[in-house]
Amino acid sequence: MSATAEKRKAKKAVDTFKLRFSAKSVNESFARMAVSAFVARLDPTVSELADIKTAVSEAVTNCIVHGYKDARGDAEILLKGSIYADGRVVIEIKDKGLGIEDVETAMLPMYTTDPAGERSGMGFTVMGAFCDGLKVRSAVGKGTTVVLTKKIGFGRL
Amino acid sequence: MEITTNEKDGVLTVSLKGELDHHGAVAARQDIDAAISRTSPKKVVLVLDRVNFCDSSGLGLIMGRYKKALSVGATLTVADPSEAVERIIKLSGLTEIIKTERSGVL
Ligand SMILES: Nc1ncnc2c1ncn2[C@@H]1O[C@H](COP(=O)(O)OP(=O)(O)OP(=O)(O)O)[C@@H](O)[C@H]1O
Ligand SMILES: [Mg+2]
Repeated sequence: MSATAEKRKAKKAVDTFKLRFSAKSVNESFARMAVSAFVARLDPTVSELADIKTAVSEAVTNCIVHGYKDARGDAEILLKGSIYADGRVVIEIKDKGLGIEDVETAMLPMYTTDPAGERSGMGFTVMGAFCDGLKVRSAVGKGTTVVLTKKIGFGRL
Repeated sequence: MEITTNEKDGVLTVSLKGELDHHGAVAARQDIDAAISRTSPKKVVLVLDRVNFCDSSGLGLIMGRYKKALSVGATLTVADPSEAVERIIKLSGLTEIIKTERSGVL
């Protein structure tokens, strides 16, 4: 990491939120709307907003269909967001589901463990392409945490 | 997700409106497959100009219907994809497989 990146990271978040909601597919749009509303103050462009909404949707959907195998509407997803002074937005999506054995392999384009569910294995690729940072932590039997970083308004400052 | 289907001369036209995520895709999948089974079309047209959100689950829906159409001897075409649909198709590299047409009136 560069010295400036180091310095930026050290900065404290200027604003944060934390949400916990049921792992139901109807809440995918709820999560997208919550994040849109949270970042609205940064005056994102249409495409920045579409990027972050799509990435959040991918991560939340993965919690529901893979983490909880589509059958744990009683389980919960944790959604956290932070805005930093320089316009960086960090969104964390966490489940306490099945976890991923090999994260590196899971993140490869077209890799899916659920082709029967009409999945194409593009979720992590979408998250990576539409965000400036993507980190995945996972432990089998414990759950998965995805951390998305998106710079908003950087070109316009 | 609003789904309208219309069959005429062997062409099944399916129009989707709303957010094509995992939640919307599950509902749309059932309706579209039922319509395909019912009408045995030669061609399926998915009209996606009013889809204002689409993620990889939407991509899965399109690919799944492509396979479903093939299985009954029909072709599948995406008509007038919205910006949201287009960016996902492009990113996936499935532009060769997913045939797209534009009506030109939009
Ligand atoms: N939260 C999670 N819990 C458990 N496994 C996960 C989780 N997220 C992803 N995975 C695993 O990683 C794989 C790849 O995820 P990715 O989102 O890239 O593709 P997909 O969900 O299979 O397909 P698509 O996103 O295109 O519908 C999944 O098939 C699954 O095995
Ligand atoms: Mg996925």
